Amino acid sequence: MTTDTLENTEHHDEHHDQPTGIKRWLFTTNHKDIGTLYLWFSFIMLLIGGALAMVIRAELFQPGLQIVEPDFFNQLTTTHGLIMVFGAIMPAFTGFANWMIPMMIGAPDMALPRMNNWSFWILPFAFGILLSSFFMESGAPNFGWTFYAPLSTTYSNGSTAFFVFAVHIMGISSIMGAINVIVTIMNMRAPGMTYMKMPLFVWTFFITAYLLIAVMPVLAGVVTMLLTDTYFGTSFFDAAGGGDPVMFQHIFWFFGHPEVYIMILPAFGIVSTIIPAFARKKLFGYSSMVYATASIALLSFIVWAHHMFTTGMPLFGELFFMYCTMLIAVPTGVKVFNWVATMWKGSLSFEIPMLFSIAFVILFTIGGFSGLMLALTPVDFQYHDTYFVVAHFHYVLVTGSLFSIFAGTYYWLPKWTGHMYNQSLAHWHFWCSVISVNLLFFPMHFLGLAGMPRRIPDYALQFADFNKWVSIGGFAFGLSQLIFLAVVIKCIKGGEKAADKPWDGAQGLEWTVASPAPYHTFSTPPAIKDE
Amino acid sequence: MKRRNRIGLLLVSLFSSAAWSDSQLNLTKGVTAISNEVYDLHMLVLYICTAIGIVVFGAMFWSIIFHRKSKGAKPADFHESTKIEILWTAIPVVILIAMAVPATSTLIAMEDNSDSDITILVTGSQWKWHYKYFDQDIEYYSVLSTPREQYENHNGEPAERSEHYLLEVDKPLVIPVNKKVRFLLTSDDVIHSWWVPAFAVKQDANPGFINEAWAIVDEPGVYRGQCAELCGKDHGFMPVVVEVKSEADYQQWLNDQKQLIADAANAEAASLSSSMSKEDLMQLGESTYLAHCAACHQPTGLGIPPAFPALKGSPIATTGSIEEHINIVFNGKAGTGMQGYGKQLSLKEIAAVVTFERNAWGNDTGDLVQSADVKAVSGE
Amino acid sequence: MTSETPAPVNHKATVKKLMLVVVSMFGFGFALVPLYDVFCDITGLNGKTNDEAVEYTADGIDTSRTVTVQFITHNAKQIPWKFKPLVQHIKVHPGEQKVVKFYAKNQASEPIVGQAVPSVSPGIAAGYFQKIECFCFERQPLQANEEVEMALQFYVDVELPKDISTLTLSYTLYDISEKIASL
Repeated sequence: MTTDTLENTEHHDEHHDQPTGIKRWLFTTNHKDIGTLYLWFSFIMLLIGGALAMVIRAELFQPGLQIVEPDFFNQLTTTHGLIMVFGAIMPAFTGFANWMIPMMIGAPDMALPRMNNWSFWILPFAFGILLSSFFMESGAPNFGWTFYAPLSTTYSNGSTAFFVFAVHIMGISSIMGAINVIVTIMNMRAPGMTYMKMPLFVWTFFITAYLLIAVMPVLAGVVTMLLTDTYFGTSFFDAAGGGDPVMFQHIFWFFGHPEVYIMILPAFGIVSTIIPAFARKKLFGYSSMVYATASIALLSFIVWAHHMFTTGMPLFGELFFMYCTMLIAVPTGVKVFNWVATMWKGSLSFEIPMLFSIAFVILFTIGGFSGLMLALTPVDFQYHDTYFVVAHFHYVLVTGSLFSIFAGTYYWLPKWTGHMYNQSLAHWHFWCSVISVNLLFFPMHFLGLAGMPRRIPDYALQFADFNKWVSIGGFAFGLSQLIFLAVVIKCIKGGEKAADKPWDGAQGLEWTVASPAPYHTFSTPPAIKDE
Repeated sequence: MKRRNRIGLLLVSLFSSAAWSDSQLNLTKGVTAISNEVYDLHMLVLYICTAIGIVVFGAMFWSIIFHRKSKGAKPADFHESTKIEILWTAIPVVILIAMAVPATSTLIAMEDNSDSDITILVTGSQWKWHYKYFDQDIEYYSVLSTPREQYENHNGEPAERSEHYLLEVDKPLVIPVNKKVRFLLTSDDVIHSWWVPAFAVKQDANPGFINEAWAIVDEPGVYRGQCAELCGKDHGFMPVVVEVKSEADYQQWLNDQKQLIADAANAEAASLSSSMSKEDLMQLGESTYLAHCAACHQPTGLGIPPAFPALKGSPIATTGSIEEHINIVFNGKAGTGMQGYGKQLSLKEIAAVVTFERNAWGNDTGDLVQSADVKAVSGE
Repeated sequence: MTSETPAPVNHKATVKKLMLVVVSMFGFGFALVPLYDVFCDITGLNGKTNDEAVEYTADGIDTSRTVTVQFITHNAKQIPWKFKPLVQHIKVHPGEQKVVKFYAKNQASEPIVGQAVPSVSPGIAAGYFQKIECFCFERQPLQANEEVEMALQFYVDVELPKDISTLTLSYTLYDISEKIASL
């Protein structure tokens, strides 16, 4: 079989019998359909992961064990983490990639449409397996989303096999998705669109895809070692057989730190698209943004051990990883400065996508500040594994990644659905989210500094007041997302007709097609003008 | 009505200043020179970040307020400036170096483990700490002493809680003031992390490996911390408590401990030749069971299967041989979470707990186990 | 419409290259295991010492320095052995050979195979702690109630960094009977 025949059959499918109903979604190879599937899937996962988080917050509402047992509590924190990372944030970005990249580079579809279908449809099985373990005798994974050996091997509750299998499938899905993104961007750009003319959005997804194919296989490797250690008598991480449990952490974080950037670089891309649109001014320092993104990605490979300062590293190791980690502040700072400079002397208006982007810049920067504090090894000994860390990564991932996903959704909803969203409901969603999310995560800084460790089901009395506030913030933030659901559903069903280009400052090829975007776009590549 | 009252109470408790006075907002300064340095470093970075935040967010809000379309702002045309971009790459580098210098010197000081006066081996296990004084024959387990009734409130009735709820142990680690105490950390099972915020000491206890940390404490007192690495079910229930005593009090404490150990050995010997009544065995057995076994096997004896099997009706505790039962309690069971209690409990306590398990919850075997039976199994 | 599409680019070649990256990164994950050991050997990252006997190669004894070597033993969960060093610490000059003895007794009623896993702290000193002979190189099968005295012959390298005056050698004893049986 050659590529030509593959493509021909594809066209055949597309032009003749267009399947409807469930079959349309099961067998679709259309990038827009698959993008939609990814986005809905990630939203469902967000709600499930959020529901788990709400049980956690309900248990932590006051001291004592009221609702769940400690072991079940650990299952909750573990699956909450896994679902949010692999089920909510990453698929949401893949959804954006599917929808927008072909439209932004003037391509008719993703390069490998069938693989695209596969990479989505194995995901529900991965999470089905993971979640079904809740109903098995063993219970769900209870060793934290970081699954440190030997807690996850010799001392696991028997859920390790399900966990490993689920992670393998998620990994395969991500890798296939990433290959698709890279091939699409490399081979299918409209004539005249050179790399340095690509929208920054496309750049960030391009770099993220490279990170994915570089580290997801390492994750697959480490969970395989975990599996053989648990069930087949190997001793990768077992000191009794000559292994070393700390080595697990090295390999895991070699994957884990780039993974963090996999979840934030696309967010940079989305925000860098939205801010110029509503500042009505070109993105400041496009090329420095590209270089900053690339250098963050490269640096992410040499900072992993900053997650492990307390494991007993020699002094020079601690110093090396501290300096490298601090260095990341430079390109990240450049990004923030560029966003501010883009807004500076612009002509700003504050539609919902812009509001979420501004909240992103401020709150992500707060997460960046706490990240800088955590980078300093001596102080990290105090912060490590406390709520300060929990506050840090939730600022980066919730008010960072998730807010950018909201911003992007509001920004492109008119293009996706052909309708404008309901303004006042969207305002409610924004303001409820931004207030409750700070009530939820800001006091966690205080809790961590005062000495509350993470992943505990019950706590000493001096932590009671802040935990109460945090829980209230958590419930409010969770419920606020139902408003988002309402906005999206209303927008799909109807609403004010959206213009082809509803935002006067928006740039990019996606606004040159009709709203809603037709099922097939750019079957003929558009002409790229010079500036 | 009742619910409304509760909500009212809740609101009062949220806003009452009395409740807030307990809440700590910032890092503790601690009681060692290192922890003070760490605190200063923390404040330095916090101030720098705040200052950067004010500048950056200030510029941003300036444009939000003054450069808005609704005020008729026209967009400017600039979109790059090499000069300014170099500037805001260089300035952060300088700031970072300013932070890295004190951080490096503090770190070097922290990692200087040499010339200690006392060495203590700290061993984590699920879910307690064990302390062993090097060159002394003193070693003991340190277990959470908050009673279960205080934290198991599934019926919704708020319990009366002790002042140091979840941060109190039966036997704290005791160290002298103004001496360099070196902690060697390791673990019996999974990774734990020994953390005392007031010392700025947090170090992982890795199974099969040893790690070091040290502290010179300036002030006598009681300092509390917790396990900081997820180590399974009761990770939240293995606090660290360190009592820092003056040199004289410390020596006194050492002597007392040696006396206690000698007394315990005598009592152990005496218990071998005497036998206890069923009543006494059951009573001691129940209290020992609740303190050491109930976390996993539950007060009801039903356990949390499959990780922690039920003892009620279990063949091991009913029809199985007494020797095997003692053996499991004494030595633990390989490949499971069951640890050996031979080192933690006296012969008498093991005898009592085995008797209790064979007669409680309807396991009415009628078997009585005495210290001598345990001794026979232990092989000493 | 289809006739106007530009000549299809060969995606296959690109996919092949990317798959190669994926496969080699999967391999790299496993390669990290031996790489980690090499790295630890060089840096003493995890405090592991040599697991094979070394020749005594020190040239001369540095009598100007004295290093305290502490011995710690530790029974991992569930091994019913008595295991302890016969001396808790000794003072040595770098370059000087010493022999110390450890005592072990299997208190169980069945044979058990033990494996002692050494660890040195500070980790950086591990590379300078040279074992000429050690019971930890071998598995230790002990019959029920059997007791042994086991020897460790070692020297501390003269190159040991100047700021290290105390080093601690810890042995963790594991019951590996089941592991052996399952192989």
